[in-house]
Amino acid sequence: MSSDIALQAIDLVKHFSTGSSGFLGRATNIVQAVDGVSFSLPVGKTLGIVGESGCGKSTLARLVTRLIDPSSGSVFLDGVDITTLSGKALREMRRKLQIIFQDPYSSLNPRHSIGQIIGDPMRIQGIVNKANEKAEVQELMQRVGLNPEHYNRYPHEFSGGQRQRIGIARALSLRPSVIVADEPVSALDVSIQAQILNLLENLQKDLGLSFVFIAHDLSVVRHIADQVAVMYLGKIVEVGDSATVYNSPAHPYTKALLSAVPVANPSLRNSAKRIRLVGDVPSAIDPPSGCRFRTRCWKATDLCEAVEPPLQADATGRVVACHFPEEVPVSVG
Amino acid sequence: MSQDVVLSVQNLTVVFHTPDGDVVAVNDVSFDLRRGETLGIVGESGSGKSVTASSILRLNNSNTATTTGSIIVSGVDVLTAQDSEVRRIRGSEVAMIFQDPLSALNPYYTVGKQIAEAYLVHHPRASKADARGVTLDMLKKVGIPSPEKRIDEFPHQFSGGMRQRIVIAIALINNPKVLIADEPTTALDVTVQAQILDLMKDLQSEFNMAIVLITHDLGVIAETALDVLVMYGGRIVEKSTVEALFSEPTHPYSWGLLGAVTSLGTSDRGELVAIAGSPPSLISLPAGCSFNPRCAYALDICSAQVPLLRSVGTQGSVTACHLPNNEILTFGRKAASR
Repeated sequence: MSSDIALQAIDLVKHFSTGSSGFLGRATNIVQAVDGVSFSLPVGKTLGIVGESGCGKSTLARLVTRLIDPSSGSVFLDGVDITTLSGKALREMRRKLQIIFQDPYSSLNPRHSIGQIIGDPMRIQGIVNKANEKAEVQELMQRVGLNPEHYNRYPHEFSGGQRQRIGIARALSLRPSVIVADEPVSALDVSIQAQILNLLENLQKDLGLSFVFIAHDLSVVRHIADQVAVMYLGKIVEVGDSATVYNSPAHPYTKALLSAVPVANPSLRNSAKRIRLVGDVPSAIDPPSGCRFRTRCWKATDLCEAVEPPLQADATGRVVACHFPEEVPVSVG
Repeated sequence: MSQDVVLSVQNLTVVFHTPDGDVVAVNDVSFDLRRGETLGIVGESGSGKSVTASSILRLNNSNTATTTGSIIVSGVDVLTAQDSEVRRIRGSEVAMIFQDPLSALNPYYTVGKQIAEAYLVHHPRASKADARGVTLDMLKKVGIPSPEKRIDEFPHQFSGGMRQRIVIAIALINNPKVLIADEPTTALDVTVQAQILDLMKDLQSEFNMAIVLITHDLGVIAETALDVLVMYGGRIVEKSTVEALFSEPTHPYSWGLLGAVTSLGTSDRGELVAIAGSPPSLISLPAGCSFNPRCAYALDICSAQVPLLRSVGTQGSVTACHLPNNEILTFGRKAASR
């Protein structure tokens, strides 16, 4: 593995069992939340992960930060497989890999002051001592756009956007190299959303951070990501440069997903060719055989039912899992 | 009032009485809605868009809220009408759908029973068999597959998109003239959102009804609305056609909203033009124009005097801003072309 890869996931699988845990090993339902996902994130870049609810993107976020353990597969951070770490080595890893959560309300302890929320991780990891803790925390608060004088305030005294800034400061406090952001702006109003996206981009520029940015909002990911991975029912169906994937999607699902996004331009109202997917995402307990998208795909044939399409690279370096990818115009120059 | 106007809201003001003081959630809002048209209301949380919507059906608790102004539906003022008259209007003249279809449905009853109930309330002499027939028709119209089987299923057996279809079926079963949709697709995935928006458009032309569509998503507005109200701090700050909003927006807040939207088309990674600060607390609104602390163009008068709505530009827009007309048009076009 080359050293310019910040984070790499190889064949990650997470299956959850549902229902009663079963007496004497009685069979239970298995939800295949994430089923063989691999990606690599270059240093200083942003990998966007998009997909609809239930596609496994949040489970993936928890797997790569090792908040949950995978059923199989591995995650490499700085060349070390973090899925096998424990004790001191695990704690050291957590310093380098931080997460920002979606809900700025439930992810902050209401009984802790902002100073504690941001300062505790730094002290526990030995980054600061009692003497310089307050100064360091206040510098971080300044950096993310909070008033340092609010050091002793509690989360309920802040608005949603400010709370998300607290969450970002907490993630930054350990000086990580990789940040996984799981829907960091979806709970925010659009004007606040723009503030947070700008903040994340500036932090990336200044600190050389690498981001895994998970969102259901395709235009937000378009704005922030260098590379984008599209997930459907626990699998990646297409990965590539953001520009390539958005301008000429190869997987039918990507194409349909992009065409479903409302465009903020009334003059284009009826011009864009719409693909309307019928039905809903099938259950991850009993996913369709072969290609998981085939039940909603207008191109599906018997082949799609029988054989699962492998992820294959095309001429542009984009990787797609489809037997009949969309015609991609060959770019000139 | 012309024949075509199915809903006329004049000087609507809603004040909630809270232990911390009075909150003016909606302040002097007026608009007309014509048959078959879609009016979009955009704004951030706390802008008063949902309270405006619920006032139209008189859903605000009269013990905690004081509602003044008038809301005329079919010649009746909803705010002063008898309870029985309001009950008649709810459902048969004006119907409403909400953001979260799961909490809008009763988990203990089959969806068929819930749709039929809405029909029977307004058709007391209809038999249960008739109601079931009408319900089946409605389920077909809203695109539920195999309705004969699914009519006897419970809400938990449906997906989010299907539940929203059920809620739409309940809303439309009495053929209302006005449908109020409060963030109807916000809880849905984007492919399902597209299905629901298409369905609403189809049913709108079939039933020739007017829609009030409340959303924070400018993309949804651009695709569905004819006219748009932009709300901020409980007031209308801009009223315009959808084309005018996107080509010549006339209020600094609208400029900010357009700049803050991420789009699928942008290939450059330029900074988004964020609006500084956060939406004001309705309990202590800034003096003068509520947007002035966040406004990059604010003048001295902005913190002293509330701007009145006035016409500006050539596209029939109305704005509440103290800036001179020529500056509004210059900055507005610049904001739209970004």
